Amino acid sequence: MTTRIDTRFKALEAEGRAALVTFLMAGDPDLKTSLDIITALPAAGADIIEIGMPFTDPMADGPAIQAAGIRALKAGTTLHKTLDMVAAFRNGDATTPIVLMGYYNPIFIYGVDQFLIDAKQAGVDGLIIVDLPPEEDSELCIPAMRAGLNFIRLATPTTDDKRLPAVLANTSGFVYYVSITGITGSASAKSSDVGAAVARIRRHTKLPVCVGFGIRTPEAARDIARHASGAVVGSALVDALKASLDADGRATPKTVSAVADLVAALAQGVRGAKQAAE
Amino acid sequence: MNSQLPNSFRSGPDDRGHFGIFGGRFVAETLMPLILDLEQAYADAKADPAFQREMNGYLKDYVGRPSPLYYAERLTQHLGGAKIYFKREELNHTGSHKVNNVLGQIMVARRMGKKRIIAETGAGQHGVATATLCARFGLECIVFMGAVDVERQQPNVIRMEMLGATVVPVQVGARTLKDAMNEAMRDWVTNVADTFYCIGTVAGPHPYPMMVRDFQSIIGVETKAQMQEVEGRLPDSLVACIGGGSNAMGLFHPFLDDPSVEIFGVEAAGHGLTQLHAASIAGGRAGVLHGNRTYLLMDRDGQIEEGHSISAGLDYPGIGPEHAWLHEMKRVQYLSATDDEALEAFKLLSKLEGIIPALEPAHAIAKVMELAPARPADHLMVVNLSGRGDKDIPQVAEILRKGKG
Ligand SMILES: Cc1ncc(COP(=O)(O)O)c(C=O)c1O
Repeated sequence: MTTRIDTRFKALEAEGRAALVTFLMAGDPDLKTSLDIITALPAAGADIIEIGMPFTDPMADGPAIQAAGIRALKAGTTLHKTLDMVAAFRNGDATTPIVLMGYYNPIFIYGVDQFLIDAKQAGVDGLIIVDLPPEEDSELCIPAMRAGLNFIRLATPTTDDKRLPAVLANTSGFVYYVSITGITGSASAKSSDVGAAVARIRRHTKLPVCVGFGIRTPEAARDIARHASGAVVGSALVDALKASLDADGRATPKTVSAVADLVAALAQGVRGAKQAAE
Repeated sequence: MNSQLPNSFRSGPDDRGHFGIFGGRFVAETLMPLILDLEQAYADAKADPAFQREMNGYLKDYVGRPSPLYYAERLTQHLGGAKIYFKREELNHTGSHKVNNVLGQIMVARRMGKKRIIAETGAGQHGVATATLCARFGLECIVFMGAVDVERQQPNVIRMEMLGATVVPVQVGARTLKDAMNEAMRDWVTNVADTFYCIGTVAGPHPYPMMVRDFQSIIGVETKAQMQEVEGRLPDSLVACIGGGSNAMGLFHPFLDDPSVEIFGVEAAGHGLTQLHAASIAGGRAGVLHGNRTYLLMDRDGQIEEGHSISAGLDYPGIGPEHAWLHEMKRVQYLSATDDEALEAFKLLSKLEGIIPALEPAHAIAKVMELAPARPADHLMVVNLSGRGDKDIPQVAEILRKGKG
């Protein structure tokens, strides 16, 4: 099976550069604006789009993404509507990979089999489910692989060499290295530590290794892109989105461009990386 | 009779932490290595006679165990039915059953070399017990508590601070127990290297539900021996309130394979089961939260709903996974009591027995008031009096004052 994710990384490899992976919450601040934003992302320079599935109890997220989830839920976002949004995006973009990221309960309640059918049909390429470690692979990971979706696993600083093979066993698409022990939007790791960690993971897998958590600026994205197959940026984009809202938390005419402009700057950072290394 | 029934109700969980379809380890990868370490450390401790000896010593001389099994003569006469006994967990040091579990976990944490202890708390009883044992063993203690609970359980906040703990008021969500647990898990993910998460009930990722149950089972083990001594037989029924379900599981577990013993758990029905409540078995369904699959209150899309109860300790939209399984196996019957019923029981017990109960076990007493009169005088009923009401006095006084005004 080859997914849009595999195809995209092949193309980037040929270009000799790393991916910019962007994260935003579905339905933040409302479903229409959210669709407008993700529609604008590829042209702004996002190579892979992660879309958060809002959940009331995001146990691995910091204040920025927690608040984004609350805005999205208040705006009436559901998993069905998130899939509808992906389908609408796919109408205009057949190639940019879409990865859904979130927590297991909404999928469990949707029904795993139905969710996988609907997600595939909507044009989803991969899943990152924070609270499904390899120990729970039978829940969603194995069925997702069978349905032709990538199940992208998080590896962390606590995932030692002994454990890495278990974490990588059923991972496909790419490996997401969480560069710190912590929640989203908190500290950033030192670039040298990240380099060593990525090298360690690459000794165990041929999959692309993307790095996230704590990357906020084009410079930081460039540093990470020197070492990794991709840099994931989330909280910084969510913060830029939030800063563009009016006092009642509603979208303004600046909202889409506020996010797109930051994505463009981050993309420049990422694209500058390999040149710097050459 | 029923070929589906297991040989024993006491053999769970399996090695992946499952009780039937419930339980499991639904946590972020960052925590997984630590959870596996904990599982090993706990297994080692359990097999080590020195650990058991040391724990028994503290249980006796520090906690004050065994807790008495007391014949509640006036309540029995008042209700005119079953003979009612109280398992007096409220007499433990720190005033509730929570200390049984905390002692065990702190001793495991010491074996693992962890110096920083975090805990979530609702009523503050688990927080107080954790702060107490951290003081005793010289460990750093941070307690996460919903800001609403900080308000309504002030006496316990003051106690924790006097014991040297840092109380962190949690300002997100409904600012009650669920949110405190989210924040504790966020802290844990961040400080995983040096931190031990001391969970206060039989919930969370495996091995917590099993480990907490084991530490609390001393309640039921003692009850069995004490009842044998005073009545020469098993009790006929057991009643306990359920937040996450640790005091209930502690009492129930040693009796699960005694089929003559009827077992009742009492959830918090808040304003009533058709309104705001915290009865996850009565009003919820299976879902995944806080590391385990269990019954949860949620909406159609799998978003978790807030619990509501007058009692901060029962105000949780979930229940331990082993209870979810015992419910599905029909071994335990889960009932519920409203805020008003619990208040009535609180007042009755204070006046009749001279025991001011915590609002949590007042829910159990409320159902005893229905169950006992329907049973004969030779029926032996044990209620877990899981905690004392000191912490609730300001809150109840305020409610009663408003009710009169
Ligand atoms: C006295 C008392 N009883 C019961 C509970 C509920 O917890 P559990 O169901 O785990 O026993 C609490 C929780 O704070 C409590 O303080």
